[in-house]
Amino acid sequence: MLTYLIRRLLAVAVMLVVIVLAVFCIFFLIPKWTGTDPATMYVGKQADKEALEGVREKLQLDEPILLQLFEFFKGIFVGRDYVGGGTVTHCPAPCFGYSFRNEQAIWPVLTDRLPVTLYLALGAALLWLVIGLAVGVVSALKRGSIWDRLGMTGALAGVSLPVYFTGLILLTVFAYQLGLVSNSFTPFGENVGKWFSGMILPWISLAFLFGAMYARITRATMLEVMGEDYIRTARAKGLKEQTVIGKHAMRSTMTPILTLLGIDIGALMGGAILTETTFSIPGLGQAVLKAINERDLPLILGVTLITATAVVIANLIVDLLYGVIDPRVRLG
Amino acid sequence: MTAPLHEESTAKSAVAEPAPSGAEKKIEGRSLGRIAWDRLKRDKVALIGGAVVLLLVLVAIFAPAITALTGQMPNQRHEDLIDPLFSTPKGALGGISGEHLLGVEPVSGRDIFARILYGARVSILVGFLSAIVAVIIGTILGTLAGYFGGWLDALISRVMDMLLAFPQLLFIISLISVMPNSLLGLTGTGVRLLVMILVIGFFGWPYIGRIVRGQVLSLREREYIEAARSLGAGRRYILSKELLPNLVAPITVYMTLMIPTNILTEAALSFLGVGVKPPTASWGAMLSDAVQYYESDPMYMIIPGVAIFITVLAFNLFGDGVRDALDPKGTR
Repeated sequence: MLTYLIRRLLAVAVMLVVIVLAVFCIFFLIPKWTGTDPATMYVGKQADKEALEGVREKLQLDEPILLQLFEFFKGIFVGRDYVGGGTVTHCPAPCFGYSFRNEQAIWPVLTDRLPVTLYLALGAALLWLVIGLAVGVVSALKRGSIWDRLGMTGALAGVSLPVYFTGLILLTVFAYQLGLVSNSFTPFGENVGKWFSGMILPWISLAFLFGAMYARITRATMLEVMGEDYIRTARAKGLKEQTVIGKHAMRSTMTPILTLLGIDIGALMGGAILTETTFSIPGLGQAVLKAINERDLPLILGVTLITATAVVIANLIVDLLYGVIDPRVRLG
Repeated sequence: MTAPLHEESTAKSAVAEPAPSGAEKKIEGRSLGRIAWDRLKRDKVALIGGAVVLLLVLVAIFAPAITALTGQMPNQRHEDLIDPLFSTPKGALGGISGEHLLGVEPVSGRDIFARILYGARVSILVGFLSAIVAVIIGTILGTLAGYFGGWLDALISRVMDMLLAFPQLLFIISLISVMPNSLLGLTGTGVRLLVMILVIGFFGWPYIGRIVRGQVLSLREREYIEAARSLGAGRRYILSKELLPNLVAPITVYMTLMIPTNILTEAALSFLGVGVKPPTASWGAMLSDAVQYYESDPMYMIIPGVAIFITVLAFNLFGDGVRDALDPKGTR
């Protein structure tokens, strides 16, 4: 178990380095090939020459890419001082970069916004897991029935609707016309009740999309599992149908669902851009979109990195949970 | 699935030499392609989906001709139809009339019907071409990984795993944001379209690659490949003449199912403002514009949303049908 864990952690580290490399390639190599000066992306196109040179010096943009990469990693652990243009900009550890555009370190922005997105993702995940599994299992067990048809039609509609369209419709009907819930975001610390009221529609919009996907996958997996020999054996032993499904079939069905859940929750850390934009939720997604529009590359880099880390960590947790759910992958 | 598909050849021979007698028709050997087609013909829902897809493709191709018939150009402004006080269209339901079949936009008064037609061009073009990019890269790399194995397989498989675990939307947006404004002689909307096609295709290839690799892994051990090899067939011959025809079915299925996802991604990018640039019409961009007016002019939001929904739903229905027809083991 311990060696497995160490191997996995090593793989996580490799993955993160590769992601940082990829992000660096996107923001430093591609502009180089296409003839755009990366420095302009850090200060804006209308910046004067002096500011440009200052940033170039501070970011050591003329140095080899590997050195830049090393400096970036070093900054995460020991902080970083950007020296150049006659000024020093200090960025305390953990330094995930510094936005010269908005004159602020990236890390506090990330820690500010991460909880907002995390609550959005976790709340929605809880909802879509319950809905998706319930609809999927019922559809599989009552295959061909009216419930199956209704469930699968709803699921197909769910995967075909863009989340921002669902969100806008929900806003129009439930917030604007009926006034049942709040249409704006309230921070959790300010007023929990108002926060909850403002989060209901975002949760439902996300859960509708993902719940639909999970229902389809649950149904397909369940149908496959129910045809396996060991289910017949379990039935032949005289086990109650409830036990056969709940204890034997569900375990196998949960494996692919769990894999997806890890990837999806992780990806939502930066990928909830659409939902956050629609509902004006000040999370990571909204921050990164604003950064893209302002071409504030350090912030984009920071969010991409945080998201990638979240995906990798979520996958690690899922891998460790496999052993609990599926005895076949229990690791010695 | 050992025999190659003969869909094209059967179709051709059927036209070229009509069966001389009824008796011969009865004991006609049916190719896999023919069997799949017969199966698809019985699936009414998939056929409706296919018909809608065909209609959408035709609408996209003939958009200029259709708008010439209705006499409304997508970028023609009709400020006289706008209520100067609220800047929303005059008349009920967003200004729907005999002249403006789907009403007009708030503020500018551009004809929504014409813009929806032109938006279909963007959606369909990006959806199809990015799927083709994904299929080309995925088939080549998947085949190489599956056929040659060893370190090449390990490398390609790791890259695929990594790309699948990436926060895709975030990386797509980042990549688009660093792309230059002119590429390969194209400028403006052309560049945005090309970049979107390439980037969406690039992030889609691992899905195809994994399927192809799995298929090739099992196919290369088959007797008929061994037979070809013992007859002195070269690697290139085996790959292109023996393996590739057997990959057509799974590739077709996954490509059909990938197109709706790509259409949704294009709409999302345009919704976020990183897709096609105004004044080019795109469904996603229309929806993002409609966010400001969802309270006063809900029709403006509903029309592009429904357009996306119908398109994606039709592709999904058709794709599910194609999958069931080509893969009888499927669980539906």
